Amino acid sequence: MADIITTPHISGHADHHDVDYLHDGKGLRSWLTTVDHKRIGVMYLWSILFMFFLGGVFAMLIRLELLTPKETIMSAETYNKVFTLHGAIMVFLFIIPSVPAALANFVMPLMLGAKDVAFPKLNLFSWYIYMAGAFIAVAAMVTGGVDTGWTFYTPYSTTTDGSVALMTFAVFVLGFSSILTGVNFIATIHKLRAPGMGWFDMPLFCWGIYATALIQVLATPVLAITLLLLLMERSFGIGIFDPKLGGDPVLFQHFFWFYSHPAVYIMILPGMAIISEIIPTFSQKTIFGYRAIAFSSVAIALVSFIVWGHHMFTSGQSQLASAIFSFITFFVAIPSAIKTFNWIVTMYKGSVAFNAPMLYALSFLLLFGIGGLTGIFLGAVSVDIHLHDTYFVVAHFHYVMMGSTVIAFLGGLHYWWPKMFGRMYSEPAARVACALVFIGFNATFLPQFVLGSRGMPRRYYNYLPEFQALHQASTVGSWILGLGFLIMAGYLFASLRKKMDAPANPWHSRTLEWQTSSPPITHNFHEIPSVGGGPYDYYRPMGKGRNA
Amino acid sequence: MSEQAHHTSHSPLPYLLTLIALLFLTGVTVGAAYVDFGSSTVNLIIAMLIATLKASLVALIFMHLRHDKPINAIIFLSSLIFLGILLGFCMIDLDSRERVYPTGLRQVDVPAAAAPAAAPPAAAPAQH
Amino acid sequence: MSNTTHDVAEHRFRQHHFATAEQQLDTSKIGMWLFLATEILMFGGLFVGFGLMQGVYPEAWVAGHHHLDRVLGAVNTVFLLCSSFTMVMAVHYASTDQKSKTVLNLGLTLGFAFAFLVIKYFEYSHKFHDGLLPGRYFNLAGVGGPPQQAMFFGFYFAMTGIHGFHVLIGIILISWIMVRASRGDFSSAYYTPVDLIGLYWHLVDLIWIYLFPLLYLVS
Repeated sequence: MADIITTPHISGHADHHDVDYLHDGKGLRSWLTTVDHKRIGVMYLWSILFMFFLGGVFAMLIRLELLTPKETIMSAETYNKVFTLHGAIMVFLFIIPSVPAALANFVMPLMLGAKDVAFPKLNLFSWYIYMAGAFIAVAAMVTGGVDTGWTFYTPYSTTTDGSVALMTFAVFVLGFSSILTGVNFIATIHKLRAPGMGWFDMPLFCWGIYATALIQVLATPVLAITLLLLLMERSFGIGIFDPKLGGDPVLFQHFFWFYSHPAVYIMILPGMAIISEIIPTFSQKTIFGYRAIAFSSVAIALVSFIVWGHHMFTSGQSQLASAIFSFITFFVAIPSAIKTFNWIVTMYKGSVAFNAPMLYALSFLLLFGIGGLTGIFLGAVSVDIHLHDTYFVVAHFHYVMMGSTVIAFLGGLHYWWPKMFGRMYSEPAARVACALVFIGFNATFLPQFVLGSRGMPRRYYNYLPEFQALHQASTVGSWILGLGFLIMAGYLFASLRKKMDAPANPWHSRTLEWQTSSPPITHNFHEIPSVGGGPYDYYRPMGKGRNA
Repeated sequence: MSEQAHHTSHSPLPYLLTLIALLFLTGVTVGAAYVDFGSSTVNLIIAMLIATLKASLVALIFMHLRHDKPINAIIFLSSLIFLGILLGFCMIDLDSRERVYPTGLRQVDVPAAAAPAAAPPAAAPAQH
Repeated sequence: MSNTTHDVAEHRFRQHHFATAEQQLDTSKIGMWLFLATEILMFGGLFVGFGLMQGVYPEAWVAGHHHLDRVLGAVNTVFLLCSSFTMVMAVHYASTDQKSKTVLNLGLTLGFAFAFLVIKYFEYSHKFHDGLLPGRYFNLAGVGGPPQQAMFFGFYFAMTGIHGFHVLIGIILISWIMVRASRGDFSSAYYTPVDLIGLYWHLVDLIWIYLFPLLYLVS
């Protein structure tokens, strides 16, 4: 399917060819009407970072409440709303768009040697849809909130009071932003690679984003219809999900998890994609097993669609279905393991530098190991019967979502920050923040594995006295984590106030985004690069081959 | 090489023939609905087969999949395959709900005196 | 459009980030097919729910579908099939520089689409009148039969309603294309919007091809 494109003719408008994209057009209006993928990526970046902050505030409130059993700072009803909103914001408003919409939007066309994504106007439209969904979600929060858990299980969600309709409608709208981003990226990767760049010449980041986009396109529509059915059940009492009317609440869970399980791979695949870039760069060594990693990404995406029932072992699903889903679940770990081993081997005999992006990548390797393996524990039906709905599950998914995806996102943010904004941040401050985030994260969530295996249920604001010590340890961990993020915000914003001092290629990487200025000009490249050789040819001295 | 060139030199005859076939098949499916084939499942299967035939004609000829680059057909078929996965696994669950496999575990009766001392205090029930 | 004279003679709608008109067309088609795939999965979810519940409540489904008018359903099927034909003819004429026939066929497509919606209006008002409404609004006392007919009609209104909404969107899009066609925007070098909206319209037809037997014909 290698689609070699003839060298495009650069149309001759001479004026804005030397202005970087940040300064090409001033004022709010030029940003709100831009079709430049880099500007759209930056707009997404601020939006999702704000949502991360909001979701983080809710997280801190949860941990504060759990300092003592019974009521600490809020009632039970409020607690239910707080953890629901924490989950819904983090999943739908932060983590799913984070790497694809903010980072990949910016970096991927550059990596492919393209001038933009396939459908630039659709890209802008996707951002507006995201903002609309965000506003509706905030409206849901301020009009009373939702207390169903981010999973909206029926029949509670179809009968409870609260702004369920608004929140599900917000998620419905946000789904379209995700779908359209996926459409854009698939078309971009198929058709807009630079001349000479075949499928196996593009950076692995693009393979990861491609696999993610496949899931976005195939899974999200089922979420859309699930939420519509939920809304109709609330409005008309149709009865599909309500046992009192002859419906099947487990059917809701089937529909919901058909999207939501692949969705967690929408979250992790882009994170893995970032790691595949950072490790070769900071080992100054070509990636080990390029094709294995590329195929593993697609394999993860495809297999992710046939394991969703592992969220439903205790739901009333049949024994046979549970057995089948459990069996297949073990296979989904294999491609992830392949990638992890390949990353580690890539570093062997490399010239490893420990800048902040690499520190995040190394953290990822450990934390994803823990998160992924604990997922396998949960995939065994007999073990999950005991661990389902306990803090063990909470710890598992925070290790993969936060300890892996967010850590990888932070690694990518630090890696591409000079490219995006033309400034270097303070490296010592970055290392301090990384250490605090790493320590704080483990201090918060490692105790939760113990809590869960000893029987502490999730979504409970009250608990037995024997769990208090671990809960308090976890809460203190969350303060360390929060401090790390505050310091990070500090030095990142401080860097924006400096003048642009970043070189085009501060990390001596070989992928194409580093062959243009930091920050890039509006049209990305003065001339579309002609590609020879692979993206990780570190054995070739700089200035030869790909960069010639 | 663009496939659009083939269309500009095509006559519209295939489209007309396809329409006639589609209308004919519509008549067939309506007629078949009045025939009792024994079980309602068979009626359903026949109706779905005819519908799939009609859909294939629309996809191949009206939507030009016959002449397009294969990627478009792959995209179309993929959506159907994944839909099939949703249907298939849900059906496996719904059809096997009553089937409970023996676990081979022994039933143990716990003496009343040794019942656990402190049952957890009534906490807010799990929200699902 | 394949020969190089057309590639070099750039049409005025080629965007700067594409190297050739052909690249832009191929990319646009992939984009539209991806979008159609999402529509298939969304509607498909409804079909799956409908099918699974049919297996659980076959008598209610039979009772429910007896309230539907097969003749009107068949007429609507004919309207949509004809509209698909006129739509592909419009694409054909746009690709062969026949502007007036393009506009004519787009207009005919609109006509069939409106006729579809008119029939739907009659069907819906009949249902409202007879109390055949979704969920808790179903007039079980008046209608009689298994109570899960309320669920059947929930699906009926959801499926035909969302489909009808897509017909309405199609009408708006086709009208827009008709305006552009009459302005002379399209030619054998560039008729992509007609092609793409044609694909969308055919999808609307495809969904009805399955909706009709499932809702109206199966017993």
